[in-house]
Amino acid sequence: MRLISILGLMAVAAFAGGDATFEVAKREINIPAIIMFFIFVGATLGITYWAAKQTKSASDFYTAGGGITGFQNGMAIAGDYMSAASFLGLSGLVYLQGYDGLVYAVGFLVGWPVILFLMAEKLRNLGKFTFADIAAYRLGQKEIRTLAAFGSLSVVTLYLIAQMVGSGKLIQVLFGLPYEWAVVLVGVMMIVYVTFGGMLATTWVQIIKAILLLSGVTFMAIMIMNNFGWSFEALASKAVDTHAWGQDIMAPSDNGKIKDPISAISLGLALMLGTAGLPHVLMRFFTVGNAKEARKSVVYATGFIGYFYLVIAVIGLGAIVYLTPENAPEFFTDGKLFGGGNMAAIHLSKVVGGDIFLGFISAVAFATILAVVSGLTLAGASAISHDIYNNVLCKGEADEAKEMKVSKISVIIIGIVGVVLGIAFEHQNIAFMVGLAFAIAASANFPILFLSIYWSKLTTRGAVIGGSLGLATAVALVILGPVVWVGVLHNPEPIFPYAYPALFSVSTAFIGIWFFSITDKSQRAKDEIEAFGPQSVRAETGFGSEGAVDH
Amino acid sequence: MDAELAKRIQANPKYKELVSKRTSFALKLGIFVLAMFYSYILVIAFNKEILGVKLNEAGVMTWAFPVAAGIIIISFITTLIYVKRANGEFEDLTNSIAEDVKDAL
Repeated sequence: MRLISILGLMAVAAFAGGDATFEVAKREINIPAIIMFFIFVGATLGITYWAAKQTKSASDFYTAGGGITGFQNGMAIAGDYMSAASFLGLSGLVYLQGYDGLVYAVGFLVGWPVILFLMAEKLRNLGKFTFADIAAYRLGQKEIRTLAAFGSLSVVTLYLIAQMVGSGKLIQVLFGLPYEWAVVLVGVMMIVYVTFGGMLATTWVQIIKAILLLSGVTFMAIMIMNNFGWSFEALASKAVDTHAWGQDIMAPSDNGKIKDPISAISLGLALMLGTAGLPHVLMRFFTVGNAKEARKSVVYATGFIGYFYLVIAVIGLGAIVYLTPENAPEFFTDGKLFGGGNMAAIHLSKVVGGDIFLGFISAVAFATILAVVSGLTLAGASAISHDIYNNVLCKGEADEAKEMKVSKISVIIIGIVGVVLGIAFEHQNIAFMVGLAFAIAASANFPILFLSIYWSKLTTRGAVIGGSLGLATAVALVILGPVVWVGVLHNPEPIFPYAYPALFSVSTAFIGIWFFSITDKSQRAKDEIEAFGPQSVRAETGFGSEGAVDH
Repeated sequence: MDAELAKRIQANPKYKELVSKRTSFALKLGIFVLAMFYSYILVIAFNKEILGVKLNEAGVMTWAFPVAAGIIIISFITTLIYVKRANGEFEDLTNSIAEDVKDAL
């Protein structure tokens, strides 16, 4: 339990820390799960084959030709967000700590309205393939793109390792496959989806998975609520009777990480701004045809994600009631839940729906990981091929076919790196990685992106120095803080007392960017400020933005 | 977009109307959502006992649950409100600006 509360870093991180919470034990082969898994793989390979035939230009590859509708994109964004981390991690957190899980759910959700009001349509109007297109719109291509690509690749790699380790553990528990096989399988599948099908296949895999996951959790919640006469009070009352904490599961606990005001504000910032700086989420805004569709996609995404989190609360409480050593001894060894808290939703699926439904949920959990790593890989590959190769090395004049070739090679390299690191980190405590990814996204990517859209006086010098300072501060404070300094390096006391550095690193980035921009009196700075006018007209109206391509 | 056209659009009163209306609308909704979220976070940081108060003395249900569900639902509603106006009124204004400068687009 102590380990689990350390992992309370973030709901996602709780999942990412698979190493601590998934017990290394293998189960007998689960036949319905494997059959359903093969059905999913077959269907998605079919989609990839179809998508590969449509994917000809670079625009097809990076953004599905801009032909995704608002509804489809909303579904895909929701799919990116409903990762195995939020599904298994959040339901596991509610199972272990009750209400605390909901605090994270609220934090993850409120970022979306803010993204809609401030960013969504501007991203669509200014962007092309990567978020660096926007940051570098009127600033120095070479410097800004290098920094943005570095920020993207750091976020993608950290996220990827966390997903890979989580998937290895999950598949090991679910299907009884050896860890290394599982990681290699995920790596190979994702390379196939992304290299052949590009963004179109990645989006459709995500949409299908989102539909399956939403149906699965809805079914579980219906079964639970049905047993309690559709009374949430009755369910909660039984959960309070069952859980060791009693009534304390019904409110924020003292065991969570949100103990003091600084941590609370800092976590809030990281969740909100981090979301607005995740490259694999940002790139989804380039797949829709226009600003109107971009806005709609956020409404759908917010609706699906909000619904999902509310259902997760029911599932978490249901898990508390049903998954006890007395009620369900088959899931416990020596009084501990098989596979740890993160497996609560999976075990619960067997309780409410039998072996077939367990198979369904297991296959969906695996599909979830595949879909999320595919999106991550595509975001990383476009940072390499579009930002670094085309715009930095070839000064924006690379041959399109060559650029696509570079991105496909990048996908394979990122896939191999993901597999190798996934295997290397099998026995490491990786709980800090997703937290660090959010901190970097909030401190390096978001401030540059936000100020490049809204602040006319931003200059290349300010963005590069301030963004680098934000990045360095985020990394340094995570390492010196309790999660790595104490949790991973086993020092007795952290040098930096807070688990969440966002408040400090985001402030550093904004102040740095502001200071080094206003003191920049060069001719180049003057030109960049001059260019804000046309940029802001395009951002506001969408005139001259990248259009949708008809197939 | 060239600087000439940009200046022309910026001088268009409809453009000024679009930008000022949309900015203030987005800002108001944004501040509302942030205020709601940070009030919640600050209650958790300073006075979480309030959230543990029961709705009904006889039961177990606390204020914490309806508050969390409320924030999620209200957040969703704000996105609906924004998009309804942005995809209607603001989109019409944008189209009308496009009409005014269609010779140069």
